[in-house]
Order: sequence, then C-alpha cells, then structure tokens
Amino acid sequence: MPNKIGYYGEWGGAFIPEVLHETFREFNQAFGAVRHDPTFWAEYCDLMSTYSCRPTPLTHAENMSKKLGGAQIFIKREDLNHTGAHKANNVMGQGLLVRRMGKKRVIAETGAGQHGVATATMAAKFGFACTIYMGEEDVNRQRPNVFWMEKLGAEVVPVTSGSKTLKDAINAAFRDWVTNMDSTHYVMGTVCGPHPFPELVAWFQSIIGIEARKQIVTQFGKAPSRVYACVGGGSNAMGIFQGFLDQPAVELVGVEAGGDGLTTGRHAARLAATDASAGVAQGYKTMFLQDSDGQMQDTHSVAAGLDYVGVSPILVDLWQQGRVRFEAATDREVMAALDETVKNEGIIPALESSHAFVQAYKEAGQLKPDEAIIINMSGRGDKDIFTIANAFQDPSWKRFIIEKGKEYAAQK
Amino acid sequence: MRLKNNLAEALRHKDILLMTHIVLGYPSFEANREVVAQMVESGVDLIEMQIPFSEPMADGPVIIKANQDSLARGTKVRQCLEFAAEMIATHAIPFLFMTYYNILFKYGEEEFFADAAAIGIQGFIIPDLPPEEGGAFLERAKKYDIAPILIFAPTSTDERMRVLAAAADGFIYCVARRGVTGSQTSFDEAFYQYIARCRECAGLPLAVGFGICDRQDVDAIRGRAEIAVIGSEMIRLVDEKGASAVGPFISGLR
Ligand SMILES: Cc1ncc(COP(=O)(O)O)c(C=O)c1O
Repeated sequence: MPNKIGYYGEWGGAFIPEVLHETFREFNQAFGAVRHDPTFWAEYCDLMSTYSCRPTPLTHAENMSKKLGGAQIFIKREDLNHTGAHKANNVMGQGLLVRRMGKKRVIAETGAGQHGVATATMAAKFGFACTIYMGEEDVNRQRPNVFWMEKLGAEVVPVTSGSKTLKDAINAAFRDWVTNMDSTHYVMGTVCGPHPFPELVAWFQSIIGIEARKQIVTQFGKAPSRVYACVGGGSNAMGIFQGFLDQPAVELVGVEAGGDGLTTGRHAARLAATDASAGVAQGYKTMFLQDSDGQMQDTHSVAAGLDYVGVSPILVDLWQQGRVRFEAATDREVMAALDETVKNEGIIPALESSHAFVQAYKEAGQLKPDEAIIINMSGRGDKDIFTIANAFQDPSWKRFIIEKGKEYAAQK
Repeated sequence: MRLKNNLAEALRHKDILLMTHIVLGYPSFEANREVVAQMVESGVDLIEMQIPFSEPMADGPVIIKANQDSLARGTKVRQCLEFAAEMIATHAIPFLFMTYYNILFKYGEEEFFADAAAIGIQGFIIPDLPPEEGGAFLERAKKYDIAPILIFAPTSTDERMRVLAAAADGFIYCVARRGVTGSQTSFDEAFYQYIARCRECAGLPLAVGFGICDRQDVDAIRGRAEIAVIGSEMIRLVDEKGASAVGPFISGLR
C-alpha cells in the first residue's frame, strides 16, 4: 500500500530517534519475513479461532432495523473476541511476531485499557514479561481494566506527564523502548506511530474485513451500502474497511469523538472537524489536534479509546482521496445510542463502538430495506460500567458503590 | 561550516569544550537570561537552547517537566526566537536550537531556517528527524549554513555512523547510553570502545551527552571527545539552587 517507504500519500513515515534505528531495521526485517510466509498467517488464523472466537459473528439487528425503517443493520461482533474487543487481533498477531523475533518482554500504551488487557493476556499466554503505560486520567476512568491487567501479571504504570491520556502513554512507552530495546518489543495498539506499525496493525486487523465481506454476502446476498466504524487511532476501522476498499459502491464511514460538540473545542475529531492540521509527532506524520505553534492540544471524549490527538496516516490518505467519509458523534448522542442498542438488541457496545452506532442510526432511515449497512462493534461495554452508570446517574449503582465504600472503609 | 570552524578555533585553546542546555521559558525567560550570562562568564563554549514541545519523546523526567512548565506559562516559538536573538547579540559564543521536528514543520521549515539564520543560530539538534526523513532539512541546512547536528547512539552500527557522518555538520552528538535524558551514565570500558568507534566513523568533533553531572564525568571524556554536554544536571541545579549556582558549578567542571 505505501508508496515512499512507510508513506500513504504524504502521511506516515518513521520519525524515530537514532537509538531505535537498528531496532526498527530488525523489526522491519522480521515483519517482512512473516508477511511473505503463508504459514504465519495460517498460524495466526488458527490461534484466533482456538484462543479467541474467530470468526466473530455478524448479527442482524432486526429490532433496530425495523424501528428505524430503513436499511438492514448488521453488527460485526468484535465484542465476542477474547478480552472483549478487536484489540486482540492485533495483539495476538504481534505476540506471534515477538516469539519469532525471540524477545522476552512486551510493553504497550493503553487508553481505554482494552489494548492493555489484550497485551497482558497475550503476555500471560506466551510467557512474556509485560509493562503497560496508561495515562493517569484513564487509570481512573477504566479501573476494571487496570484490575485485570494487574491480575494477568502485567505492571501498570500510570503516566502523569502531559494531558495524562493516550498520547502521553505512547510517549512513555517509547521512553521505555529506547532504554530496553534489546529485550523488549513495543506492541503499538493502533494503526499509528512510525512505520511499520500502521501497516503491521492494519494487516492483523484486516481479518475483520475479510470475514465481514464473506458473511454479509452469505447472510444478506450482497455487499453492504455503507460500513461504519469508530475511529480513535483507526485500527478497528481499517480492519473492517479493508474488506471493502476495492468495492467503490460500499461507502466507508469513520466516526470520531465529538465530545461536547465540534464547536466547543472539547472533542477529539481530527478529520470530521476543521481544527486539526498536518504535523509530525509520536514518530509519524498525520493530522493532529494542535495549536499554531505545533503544541498538541487536550482532547476530550467520554470514550477513553477515542481520546487521542492523532489519527492513522492510512485513514488520512483515504479521507483525502474521498474514499472514507468522516463524521463525529457527541458524548450525549453516544449515551442515547448505547441505551437504545442495549434495550432493543440486548447488546452492550463499548462507549468507543457506540460512536459508530450513532452515525449508523442517523443514516439508516435514508436507505431502503433491501440495502444493508454494517456497524463494526469494536468492543463490549462491560468495561465502561463505572462511566456508563455515572453518565446515567443510575441510583441503585450509586447506592451499591457507597455501601461498598463503607464496607471497605470499615475494614481499614 | 561556520560552527565547525568556530569549534576548531575554540579547541586551539582548550582540551575539552563545554556545551550546556537550557529549556526556553523555564523557569522563566528572566531566569534563562541570568543562567546564560553565568554560563558564558564561567567559560561555557556553546549553548543548546531547547524550544519546548508538548511531546518531548526523547527526554527524561527533568526535561519533560521543564518543557511542560514552560508551555503552561505560555511560552511561544516566536518568543524563543526573540530571546535567542537577544542572547546571540549579547554573547560571543555559538548558540544552537534543540527541539522536535513538529516545531519546525508547523512554523514552516523554510521560514524557520531563514529566521534562525537571520538571528545567527549556528546549529539545529532535532532528535526525531533521522536523515531519511530530513532530505529537505539537510538541503536547507547547507543553504543557510546552520549545522545539522546528527546523533550517534551506542546501538548505531559502524555503517550507520558513516551514513550519519556524511550528512552531518558542526559536530556529532554521541549519546552516551541507551534511554532518555537525565539518568546516570557509567563511563566504563564499553563506553570507551563506543567512543573509539564514533571517532573512527566520523570526521567531525564529537560531543558526548546524557548523564554528565560532574568533573569526574568530564574527565572521563577529556581526550576522547571534544565536547562534554551538560543537560538535565543544569536544570536540576537551577531548580534546586537557583540561577546563581550556575557559575560556580561550571567553573568546577574542568
Ligand atoms: C473498544 C474499542 N474500540 C475502539 C477503540 C479505538 O481504537 P481504534 O480506532 O484503533 O480502533 C478502542 C481503543 O482503546 C477500544 O477499546
């Protein structure tokens, strides 16, 4: 896909400090070797079908389809992956690669904690030491995932510099890597960062699109009209979009975090809003939410996994070509779509994934009942119980927490 | 060529040069002004001025905090250029800019070179811009006679060092160890072998940085490299003892 090595149009590249040059040379070599080795992809698919639940189902959301009276809505169920999100696809693939490279330790950044949990799980299975960097703000809003990472044997390091979110966790992971590159592989969680990460992660995530393309034809008889995916860094979106890139009639829609609204400055919409501009940071060139001096700005989203200043260079290129359309969903719309999906379909999407649902629900009615759309449900919402319960101001949950708090306080 | 020539001139009188580091706007431009004056008075040979960036990926805790605090106080790139112009007009030693590539990229690479050259900046250190990504940067460096200072690391192979040396000017910044700025370095046999490799692969003066804190460290470098770089330790010193401690500290280093 890239033209100049590691570039997608004018985006991407590898802006890495010299100390990592040799590490990246070896990494590129190892990736090149597995990419051209058909036994590697077979090994990967086998692992994903025995350790995780691949192929994940494509569910017809009959009730929501009827309710909205337009297109037939199908949901690609990445929530049914082991560890509850699409993140496992990338992590297990990188785990196999790490094993081939002979490294013994993995590190990762995490926002929502899904990538951290997936990495800690992979490390437990493959016997690697594991350190996860997580912004302090995210540690606080994704407590259940922190608990599981620690139980899985990973060390979770809260990152207190910068805005204390995903981008700062990425910086911290790089600082670890420049010190420990001989023993350690950095498992980047999304299709961002220096080459070859975008290409590598997109490759592993392509399994989503390969499956979905077949499933929709089997279940519905033809290709979908539109495919929706939420976009943080862009890995679940790239995963499903790759299944349809060569079918120009399938419209691809990326949904970013609209936060409090695109005019408030409190959002994380790089491409759906006009606030972002070209920049180079975190090892790659993309559209960043930054000020006129090039300083990265604080972003906001109810979904930790979408709360990020940059976006995949591959998606920026596809956006410039007009192949992917970008929209944004606000925090408020996300809570409403989540509620509706839970009540009508008995399915609990993650806050991140709920962004894709918002846009799909807005547009389903514009299409005819003999058309289909696919929503990529990147993950399940259980991890968000504290955030969701809080947003709904759920009284019985509050009572439960207060009582639990009293109980723990009394034990001290 | 200008920086290289200036260093050659300084090296006629001294067996080791000192390069110090400041983060612009931290703790304030007023403090920077006093710190630079003390550095120059006590014999520092060149100064790298870091323009703060929100994502200082190659830096350790001390410099991260300095970057963050400076930005929180509202430091702008324009102010950094104005302050640099004032320092260059006031003091006779070479001044360099150290920053991350996005600062140049957002400013406009051509404009940044032109403005930096106009005020007399002699070199740029951009740790996240490898020569593979810096084709235009290296061309402009020639055009404006601002030395592109490239970095060697202990992980660099001989072959890689030669590639870097061919693109560099002024001097080579040899990072003494793996990791980020600010923690201890042990100047042992492995380090001496590494520096010997740097010497063999580069025809430029060598600067050694990362973890240099005292006279003993400077002595370990003397005779092996031309420049000792004191980075995080300068910031730590000003944090703990104030700007007035800078002069005596520098005087005690060689
Ligand atoms: C469930 C879920 N969906 C989406 C994302 C966003 O990442 P990406 O855009 O790379 O798919 C995350 C990230 O943490 C996530 O946990």
